[in-house]
Amino acid sequence: MRSENGRLLRVENLVMYFATLRGPVQAVDGVDFELGVNRAVVILGESGCGKSSLAKAILRLLPRNIAKYSGRVYLHGRDVMQLSDEEFRQSIRWVEMSLVPQAAMNALNPVLRVGDQVAEPAIIHMGMSKAEALEAARTMFQRVGVAEDFLNRYPFELSGGMRQRVALAMALVTMPSLVILDEPTSALDLLTQANIFNTLKRIKKELGTSFILITHDIATSSELADDVAVMYAGQIVETGEAKDFFPDPLHPYSKMLMASVPRLRADQDPQFITGQPPSLISPPSGCRFAERCPARFEKCAEEPPVIERDGRKVRCWLYA
Amino acid sequence: MVIEAPSRLRTETDQREILLSIRNLHVWYELRRFGFGIVGYVRAVDKVSFDLHRGEAIAVVGESGCGKSTLMKTILGLVKPREGNVIFEGKEIANADSATLKWYRSQVGYIQQDPYGALPPFMSVRRILEEPLIIAAIRNGKERLERIHRVMEEVKLYPVEDFLGKFPHMLSGGQQQRVVIARAMILNPKLIVADEPVSMLDASVRVEILKLLRGLQESHNLSFIYITHDLSTVKYFSERIFVMYAGKLVEQSPIGELLKNPLHPYTHALLSATSDPDARNALSFREVPPGEPPSLVKPPPGCRFHPRCAQMIQGLCEIEEPPEFTPAADHRVACWLHKP
Repeated sequence: MRSENGRLLRVENLVMYFATLRGPVQAVDGVDFELGVNRAVVILGESGCGKSSLAKAILRLLPRNIAKYSGRVYLHGRDVMQLSDEEFRQSIRWVEMSLVPQAAMNALNPVLRVGDQVAEPAIIHMGMSKAEALEAARTMFQRVGVAEDFLNRYPFELSGGMRQRVALAMALVTMPSLVILDEPTSALDLLTQANIFNTLKRIKKELGTSFILITHDIATSSELADDVAVMYAGQIVETGEAKDFFPDPLHPYSKMLMASVPRLRADQDPQFITGQPPSLISPPSGCRFAERCPARFEKCAEEPPVIERDGRKVRCWLYA
Repeated sequence: MVIEAPSRLRTETDQREILLSIRNLHVWYELRRFGFGIVGYVRAVDKVSFDLHRGEAIAVVGESGCGKSTLMKTILGLVKPREGNVIFEGKEIANADSATLKWYRSQVGYIQQDPYGALPPFMSVRRILEEPLIIAAIRNGKERLERIHRVMEEVKLYPVEDFLGKFPHMLSGGQQQRVVIARAMILNPKLIVADEPVSMLDASVRVEILKLLRGLQESHNLSFIYITHDLSTVKYFSERIFVMYAGKLVEQSPIGELLKNPLHPYTHALLSATSDPDARNALSFREVPPGEPPSLVKPPPGCRFHPRCAQMIQGLCEIEEPPEFTPAADHRVACWLHKP
């Protein structure tokens, strides 16, 4: 596949608003980020910050009450926002980018065998015959760590961890270059969770897949992350490499988010963030975090610029 | 009924009075087939014993299906055990009459996992908090309102007047959980059972609620049973930790000791599967035992962990069930590796 300097995905000024009776909800408001080939970016943020909406905006899975949808999404250097809905469905969705939605393991069809469900995207999007698609499903089952004879089972015969692996196999069966994982392990047990992350790491290594991981579980996200993007109130406030971000986050919100993580192997007392995120219907002008920020000053009443520093980006006046 | 005084722990390390004592508890659920009667049992809790002191906070950790919720329900008097005793302040609870149970329920508070599911959507905060007081026969309306005010201030839902008339859907997740905590606290219980009280909340709110619970526990000298699967929050909260696997208590120890020196291979696995945020995590694979927890209908013979255990001793672990050994004071483990 073509790519521009090892870059797989570039998102520019992506906007997605929902129409409600009280006015548009600015769920994704001018998001920019990049993702390299065979890299994983984790998008961190509290619930309601717009991270799941961002996933849907990238995949153009739009709800009926969409009020505004604009921006540029470059995949392998090609602006896929220019494509018609039908072209996007045929050549991008599942072929190039697929999604493991939140609680995917509970979304399997209860009356179809899991093998048939995993084979279906390959038949529809890749034009494979049923036999070829089942063969592809079989290979993918091996990769994600599900025994082959499970192909003929129904979802209720599988445990939660196995069903999650099946959902993962379904996203991977067409061999897309990018998989978006929305809270892939939040409903699973500790050991199952560790196991699934081992599987994801192996797939990333063997298939060269890139991942966007959306989660609020910061500790577990570090298992897969090469890069980190922190989202707050519909905007990305900081991006950078995981090795720089985890020890030393820059944005005051990122700092507080990291300080709120309870740690098993360190003695520091976790801290909490007072206050609540702003309404996305009428977000405050200027910096959206200013109200809760311990470091705020006069400048924060104005919209902060995105500052570049040692290859990291932060949307905060402190670094201007 | 004569109950053996559980004096061992008390003399060894803890001088506090014992509030709750679980003795040889078995909770089995019947499996029925239509027309065939009982065809088997789900052994959700199998031979569990421990003591809880007054003012002590313990944590029970384990994966889903290990029996921790059943243990909690039995302690709350919601499920009747097949065998064994639940003794609260010297009174038997497991098979108590309704008068004793009514008294017991005023002594025990319950904090549910999902605050939104736990609050009735058609009741205002005031009605939610008033109901336990009405059931407890506090007839003076003014006194009830005073107690509601006091408990809401304790859980930091102020200004109180603003919240009294609100309905659950008008509150954020953290505020809902505060209402649940206030409801559990309003009858001044001696024991609180909290089932994953923060797992549904955002990371930033999580710590706030844990600190609130810890503060209440200390200021009221409450005994606390904290049920969770998240090991990283346990040490901020409890003094002792109990690890459950497939219906059994496999290890119990003070929290610091367990983190430094885990003995059971299952505890090892849980600890090594818990991540701290660190970019180096992405560079290596985590060690995870193979397989999944066993069925509780036909648990494996011998040690229930043996099919997944890397250190299994052939000819022993799969045949004979390990008894509880005490390799260090106050540290108990059910594993043949630690036979003295």
